[in-house]
Amino acid sequence: MGRFHRHADGTVHSHSHDHDHDHDDGHDHDHPHDHRDVGDHSGYATGVERVEVLEAILGENDRVAAANRAELAGHGVRTVNLMSSPGAGKTSLLRRTIPALAGRLRVGILEGDIATSIDADALTDLGAAVSLVNTADGFGGECHLDAVMVRSGLTRLPLADLDLLVIENVGNLVCPAEFDVGQDTRAMVYAITEGEEKPLKYPVMFRTADVVVVNKLDLLPHLDFDLDGFRANLAAVNPTATVIELSARTGDGLDRWLDWLTSVATG
Amino acid sequence: MHELSICSAIAQTAMDHAGGRAVRRVRLRVGHFRQVVPDTLTYCWDLQTRGGPLDGCALDVEHVPAVVVCRTCGASTGLTHPILVCGACQSREVDLVSGEEFLIESIDVAEEVS
Repeated sequence: MGRFHRHADGTVHSHSHDHDHDHDDGHDHDHPHDHRDVGDHSGYATGVERVEVLEAILGENDRVAAANRAELAGHGVRTVNLMSSPGAGKTSLLRRTIPALAGRLRVGILEGDIATSIDADALTDLGAAVSLVNTADGFGGECHLDAVMVRSGLTRLPLADLDLLVIENVGNLVCPAEFDVGQDTRAMVYAITEGEEKPLKYPVMFRTADVVVVNKLDLLPHLDFDLDGFRANLAAVNPTATVIELSARTGDGLDRWLDWLTSVATG
Repeated sequence: MHELSICSAIAQTAMDHAGGRAVRRVRLRVGHFRQVVPDTLTYCWDLQTRGGPLDGCALDVEHVPAVVVCRTCGASTGLTHPILVCGACQSREVDLVSGEEFLIESIDVAEEVS
């Protein structure tokens, strides 16, 4: 028996080192001892035991997200996690959306930003309940919303009086895609000013979205933007995404977005 | 840059499973399509653990390749780019079978002193 050996069967046994072998670790031990073994004893000198974990790295976030989802469902609220890069037009789209849904759906907004209430202020007095979460305020200035931050924002919303909650995530094409916050569905806003290659550069975000809103379409005549090339790049990473092309500035194409939100809220 | 919050979650899970014993090593499995930079992760791990109960604990990051299996022809294809397509018949009717892992596989803890 060498210095390195494995016990794969997990049995408890004792054995003494009565055979000849050299230790290169500078000490000798000939005492009998027990191994309650789980896996790999790669060295007696360090006395290390391997413990199997097999747990999702974001498992705790996922548990809180599931609780958020259950709480929202308990109030009959359907939830959209709205993501995009900074400046793609999430807030502009919501400024159009909230008044247009008045009388159709009762809408709440959970506004996520690293700092400032600029976006939350822009959405106030339009007819939606707004709850602001600043990630710089007790959440380390994170570049995304996680489930715990959303849980804190939910406490400031009248959930019993809502049909639809839109979580406006922090503007960022990378991190928000990794965190479940308890939404029913994910939508992202992409602006044609961002370039047609973005789905290939940020595939996780584009793949995670159930709906991709293609915004700023009113600028198409002024840009060297290849709309068909963009559609092909998006289809390559996410062939099942629903694509809604619109202009939040002019309101063109908004109806399909409103219909989709309504189907989410009533589905 | 969400590596710091990820390291915080890893540290918490590792300590939860260590039962009060010192954690020497944490092993992760991270799929090719996860947006985590291994070097950044280990750098943040050092920042996260320095001076605390996990000071000196090693972090091993095992990279898991992205693989799709074709629903049309059954072939397996390893992917480097995020375009989900069968390498054999070019079908897009494929299932991603690995590459999205984000798992704490195991930890090494100091054996209890008897």
